[in-house]
Amino acid sequence: MNIENIKSQFPIFSKKINGKSLVYLDSSNSSQKPLSVINKLNDFYKNEFSNIGRSIHHLSVNATNKFEETRMSVKNFINANSKDEIIFTKNATESINLVASTFGQQNIKEGDEILITELEHHSNYVPWHYLRENRGAVIKFAPINEEGDIIIEELENLITPKTKIIAITHLSNVTGTIVPVKEIIDIAHKKNIPVLVDGCQSAPHIKIDVKDLDCDFYAISCHKVYGPTGVGVLYAKKKWLEKLPPYIGGGGMISEVRKDRISYAPLPEKFEAGTMPTAEVVAFNESIKFMQSIGFENLAKHEKELTNYALEKLRKNNSVKIVGNPKNKAGVISFTIKGIHPHDIATILDEDGVAIRAGHHCCQVLHQKLNLNATARASFGIYNTKEDVDILCKAIENCRKVFNLK
Amino acid sequence: MDLKELYQDIILEHGKSPRNFGKCNNHNHEAKGYNPLCGDQVQVYLKINEKKNVEDLTFEGSGCAISIASTSIMTELVKGKSFEVAKKIIDDFLNMIKTGSEMKSKDLNEDQKIKIMSLSGVKQYPMRVKCATLSWHTLVSALDGKKQEVNTEKVD
Repeated sequence: MNIENIKSQFPIFSKKINGKSLVYLDSSNSSQKPLSVINKLNDFYKNEFSNIGRSIHHLSVNATNKFEETRMSVKNFINANSKDEIIFTKNATESINLVASTFGQQNIKEGDEILITELEHHSNYVPWHYLRENRGAVIKFAPINEEGDIIIEELENLITPKTKIIAITHLSNVTGTIVPVKEIIDIAHKKNIPVLVDGCQSAPHIKIDVKDLDCDFYAISCHKVYGPTGVGVLYAKKKWLEKLPPYIGGGGMISEVRKDRISYAPLPEKFEAGTMPTAEVVAFNESIKFMQSIGFENLAKHEKELTNYALEKLRKNNSVKIVGNPKNKAGVISFTIKGIHPHDIATILDEDGVAIRAGHHCCQVLHQKLNLNATARASFGIYNTKEDVDILCKAIENCRKVFNLK
Repeated sequence: MDLKELYQDIILEHGKSPRNFGKCNNHNHEAKGYNPLCGDQVQVYLKINEKKNVEDLTFEGSGCAISIASTSIMTELVKGKSFEVAKKIIDDFLNMIKTGSEMKSKDLNEDQKIKIMSLSGVKQYPMRVKCATLSWHTLVSALDGKKQEVNTEKVD
């Protein structure tokens, strides 16, 4: 696979940052967009735009078809049973909120337990916290070990007859831990507990097969999968979507409305109220095509090589400490440098055109566990190269120079 | 901009070995500050005497070089000043960081002015301004005896 060729499909890399070539190491935050996705957005607005759904006219029919084509592509992309199991949302955060809210209404009462892990992003904690605040639910955190792996036995021990749902990340946005979700789902299902998987970080890196995982819910943010902002996906087993009440009410999600009663639309529209991000959903189909043109095997091989190369190089630098050492790690590397705060690292690296993230990465519980206020994080996308890693390592050396560290 | 303008030796030195760090005895004013974007936090402790002078001023907290140095320099400059003068220095500093104005205060000597001006490079880095101003806003809160924690997302 020729990475230079892939990089050239992303217009942003022709830009200079502070006079330097952009080394973008913030893909866990959001990925850059290939030209095909940008062109599709532009093209759709220029030549095809209309709202979808109810209008009879030509443009609307075409837009509706394009919108549904993406739904079909997503269904195939994650190997769902039916396109009715694919709900478009704003992002993974909204997908998780949808489940927490509707599942909570139906199934959570005072004292019921929700099991999450110490690895979770705030988006897979705060929505459950609402149920703690409003319905008296109890949230339990499955612990991680020093390596950043979830301790499966401890997770199992935390399950009680009161556990109503388990919500886990597929891939940590801090330690890069690839969580053995299938194993956890098996454990949960033996006790009839449904599982939500936060697939925000995994979707751009791992082949997702919801049938094989047998998860009940799976949440994705399209902007991390080389797609536009403003679109997310919630996969849910049909039995859940049929059973759960609607989340947001309004146009498009109803069947019949009278003064004294309202009935709801069939799936998937039941969960898609109001005008959807039409152009963005249509353009997301190009992201899926882009991912498929590379193939998950090539992608995994490239990212594994890159991650190993970066880890090896960073570990040679005695002042750099890498956070976590999980059994199975994706291209997410959080680190600290002795004597330099992560925010200072990010500012200094930026001068060299190296874009990283610094802070708690929306994982304050995890940072407390690790006893760190903040970390610096370099995360890879398909467009990154070994040269990017070399520039990162050189820029880290420069941090030490700026700080007069020997 | 040259990074050395931001990370001047004086800032690195204060960042590494902050002055007036810890909780002072007999403090009668204190306030907490928090930057939710990065998790930095600071507590300032003040002893204001009956003549309304800042007799002692110390701090605790964690943060980046800019934030620790800014806080350390603040404690050096404000300690020993009257309540009114302290307020004037703070206003002067916040204006300098936000608008790039000169330090007008006549209550600082040349040496002190050089120290405080070393922080002026921060204004070139909009994302870092709050690192430099958090503790100053927190000091205002402590001087005014406000109870609520200062939050960088809720001040101008």
